Amino acid sequence: MERRKFIGRAALATISSALGTEIVFGKYLPNGYTPLGLQDPDPFSLFNKDSSMVLLNDRPWNMEAQAHLLDDKVTPNKYIFIRNNGLVPENIDVDNWTLTIDGESVDKTRTYTLKELKSKFQQHTYQLTLECGGNGRSEYNPPAKGNQWTIGAVYCAEWTGIRLRDVLEDVGIKNDAVYIGYHAADKHLSRDPNKEPISRGAPMAKALQDETLLAFQMNGKDIPLVHGYPLRLVAGGWPASVSGKWVQRISVRNKEHDGTKMQGDAYRVPCNPVAPGEKVSEEDMCIIESMPVKSLITYPKTGAMINEGNKLTIRGHAWAGELKVSKMEYSIDFGATWEECQIQNPVNRLAWQHFSAQVDFPKKGYYEIWSKATDSQGTAQPMLIPGWNPKGYLNNACQRIAIKVT
Amino acid sequence: MKEKDTSSQKGQNRRAYNLKPIVFGCIGVMVVIGIYIISAPGKTLFNNLGPEEDITSVPEKDDFDRIENGIHLRTGLIDAPGLMETVNNCTNCHSSKLVTQNRMSAERWKATIRWMQETQNLWDLGKNEAIIIDYLVENYPQKASGRREVLSEIEWYVLEQ
Repeated sequence: MERRKFIGRAALATISSALGTEIVFGKYLPNGYTPLGLQDPDPFSLFNKDSSMVLLNDRPWNMEAQAHLLDDKVTPNKYIFIRNNGLVPENIDVDNWTLTIDGESVDKTRTYTLKELKSKFQQHTYQLTLECGGNGRSEYNPPAKGNQWTIGAVYCAEWTGIRLRDVLEDVGIKNDAVYIGYHAADKHLSRDPNKEPISRGAPMAKALQDETLLAFQMNGKDIPLVHGYPLRLVAGGWPASVSGKWVQRISVRNKEHDGTKMQGDAYRVPCNPVAPGEKVSEEDMCIIESMPVKSLITYPKTGAMINEGNKLTIRGHAWAGELKVSKMEYSIDFGATWEECQIQNPVNRLAWQHFSAQVDFPKKGYYEIWSKATDSQGTAQPMLIPGWNPKGYLNNACQRIAIKVT
Repeated sequence: MKEKDTSSQKGQNRRAYNLKPIVFGCIGVMVVIGIYIISAPGKTLFNNLGPEEDITSVPEKDDFDRIENGIHLRTGLIDAPGLMETVNNCTNCHSSKLVTQNRMSAERWKATIRWMQETQNLWDLGKNEAIIIDYLVENYPQKASGRREVLSEIEWYVLEQ
């Protein structure tokens, strides 16, 4: 009898979770055969996303939420933005997945199986805010290059995994360690196997934080394929590109990591402020670390019409990268006067904080509600678009929703 | 004898039964070849069958790069001089959505092309480079948005309270 290689059960589980449905007779799928579902050009069903999500790009896949979709305290998968630099890996073999720790500053290169990582190290769960460095890019003038994110490339999910620090301590790190850099299973858009779509990282201080995880789970389930299954580095409060998906290797470097998208103008802003449109040379660009203070009104959806005399409840979230949000305000008169919102403490460090307020309107008419968060060092969100930068990062201008009182 | 007959009959039946998949297989193969001939003429074995084959290939080709209401359907790009140069050079690695989302000056498109050539395996565009840049600047112009735009495209709804 002719022997055929059938698809492994683990790979099947991956495909099933990507499709969000069981593949009947899946065990008879020949190895290497991509079910039609995965070629499905409908990314909403493919990635289990809500149909109100906004597709920015289909190769690579990039999709964002809208403000009102992010109303949940812990963001469910269906409202989580997708940001890819390359092609989502296919045929993930979870049984044979390994993580290698190498680099100039490890005592000895070491490889762990996924099973080992899960059993050997203590597991922790944190809610962590992840925001794309380019969230808000669409508002820069002159326009900045790249996917034109508006406000929906942010979320706060609950991540479960082990501390990167525990693994690095187990491997043994030399005193000259400066930076970690990840390497992952995604493929370059050109399918050139010698190119990595993205390989970023963080300084040791961030790598060794309690909340910096090698995560297996998001919101209590296996991480969805498009968000990094089966293993993702999660570093809350920093540009989400630091949180490498599908991680297979972490290099402990004795210098700033020099992987793809660590250099040039990627995830960098001018070290000193520049005029809009000004040319900035590479040596004058600095790596983004903590994300700036920001907030989102997630209720009501913009465009609400209410009756005169009614109070309006507003609510949303605020976050401040490495810092805490200490004050939350709103304005209904284009920033002329501000009222304070109630704001809760974060569930844990680096989780977004929830705010709410009751808004009174003095008379009929068109209003905009502006939200302004202030971080623990006294820095607030700007009302106008902040300092221009060539790639359009870090737009934390106040969010605005439109209201009519009739 | 009788027994022998039965067994040979059985054998015949078995052979006939065994032939079934082959017969169906042959029909299947013929159908597939038939579909192939109908759907992919001009590219294949039957290329030299005669001019009739070439006639059917014309609408096929048009379909792939069909333009409706001034839009190239397959990519969503605007139909204007330079369209096909842009389609053929700029949508191989990434989606056309990455092109149409961006608004850049000729100088910055040129810098972006250089960056793609230096780091992303983009080839030398030769004479097409100027054609593509002109196409992009002309059809996807920059608009000045100021320091903050007016809120637009608001969908008004009655909020039940």
